Amino acid sequence: MAHAQPTNPHGQPAGHTDERIVLDELDVGRALTRIAHEILERNRGSHDLVLLGIPRRGVPLAHRIAARIADVEGSEIPAGSLDVTMYRDDLRLRPARTLEHTDLPAVGIEDKTVVLVDDVLFSGRTVRSAMDALHDLGRPRAVRLAVLVDRGHRELPLRADFVGKNLPTSLVERVRVQVAEVDGHDAVSIGSVSTGAVSTGPGSPGAGSLGSSWDGDR
Amino acid sequence: MTAPAIRHLLSAADLDHAQALTVLDTAAELLAVADRPIKKLPTLRGRTVVNLFFEDSTRTRISFEAAAKRLSADVITFSARGSSVSKGESLKDTALTLQAMGADMVVIRHGSSGAPHRLAASGWVDGSVVNAGDGTHEHPTQALLDAFTLRRHLAGGSGDLDGARITIVGDVLHSRVARSNALLLSTLGADVTLVAPPTLLPVGAASWPVTCSYDLDAALAKSDAVMMLRVQRERGAAGGYFPSAREYSRRYGIDARRMAMLPDHAIVLHPGPMNRGVEISAEVADSDRSVIVEQVTNGVAVRMAVLYLLLGGSDQLAAVSP
Repeated sequence: MAHAQPTNPHGQPAGHTDERIVLDELDVGRALTRIAHEILERNRGSHDLVLLGIPRRGVPLAHRIAARIADVEGSEIPAGSLDVTMYRDDLRLRPARTLEHTDLPAVGIEDKTVVLVDDVLFSGRTVRSAMDALHDLGRPRAVRLAVLVDRGHRELPLRADFVGKNLPTSLVERVRVQVAEVDGHDAVSIGSVSTGAVSTGPGSPGAGSLGSSWDGDR
Repeated sequence: MTAPAIRHLLSAADLDHAQALTVLDTAAELLAVADRPIKKLPTLRGRTVVNLFFEDSTRTRISFEAAAKRLSADVITFSARGSSVSKGESLKDTALTLQAMGADMVVIRHGSSGAPHRLAASGWVDGSVVNAGDGTHEHPTQALLDAFTLRRHLAGGSGDLDGARITIVGDVLHSRVARSNALLLSTLGADVTLVAPPTLLPVGAASWPVTCSYDLDAALAKSDAVMMLRVQRERGAAGGYFPSAREYSRRYGIDARRMAMLPDHAIVLHPGPMNRGVEISAEVADSDRSVIVEQVTNGVAVRMAVLYLLLGGSDQLAAVSP
């Protein structure tokens, strides 16, 4: 969307001198495949699994993991989305945010094993909000967490069950996840906040506020 | 995108195109809450919403109350009847009492046009003010719920109402619903036609972004939706504006014969409460074209959206005074 596809996936995209790609399209694909297998292994099959992505970028990731599980198991895995905006603990710190869509699969979540899927795990506050939202929707048998990137700096006692890539970062760095369904291509990159070069760029109305692809967990 | 950078909702004209769409999109997501086992969100926990109703109302008051409760706000409902207003207390003193109780939002219905504006501009209360109907002036949340209902039926539930032909029929003169709808629906790109007896069209209507007509039959065939207004007897609409209820009904009421003149996809709205047999026949009110009951359901979602967008985020003024 905002970015042209980098010619060399391991190189630096033009105009973003301070941004480094740490996972390219193939890496993201491999990570999701591994997560799909780990979920199956942990669950001992695909029975009673429901995947819920956290908007925005967790949602396409949840659907992709569900598709991979379906490929292995040969049966459809219900996947949907769970908006956590109304449950956030930082609502009062910013102007009211636009709500995202919640789409629960028809099977519901009652007595299922729900796997929450998000792009970046950072403070853990989004995941806490998601667990509160789930609590109002039903009573899953178990809730697990899958993330593409765990960048550390937790502010709550939470951890992910399935991690695509552990990415040790400093707090001044920003992690950006791009997924094909939202941004046109898959990539995980890391940059520093201080330079203008790491903005999401023109054509990305969500830059810096809601819908920003930066640090999905904040 | 962020929410409207407004503190009060006093007029449908307070919302520009993008802000109106934000309210409608937010309401669309909140509508699903009504279908959940737990019809409650924690978002406005600890905030106080005062419903200040100086005029009788059933659905608007209950709708705001339900909306606030579904967002976990504390609701205090104040009716003029049975309060100190009947002892002669002024709006100012009532407002100062509410302020002392720490109201974060005041939802006000008042018989005098401009009362919500007075409350918002006076500095008597710090909270947001939402106009729930003032005199013959405006009723913006009714217009929002009508727009929301129209959008679900005519525009597939998303985007604006570009090119939709909406005919508003009846007592425009006394109708705050008509005024707010004319403004909001035009903002959303709809073509609005007002149909009324000459005596019930306000003098200023020529300057509104609408077309005016006296001929209902001609307007019906080219309407995607028709909104019937209540003949407001309590504001004197029966006294001298038209010869008799029967004649009004024959020229400006909708019945099965007129409903058949509408295009197949067209819907019928009414803000309620209805005078069955005057502006709308029972047959039409209970037909499957009528979305009147759905309007009530949508009203709660739209008011939740307004409460959330005005109260759910940071207080813009908080940055100025720590």
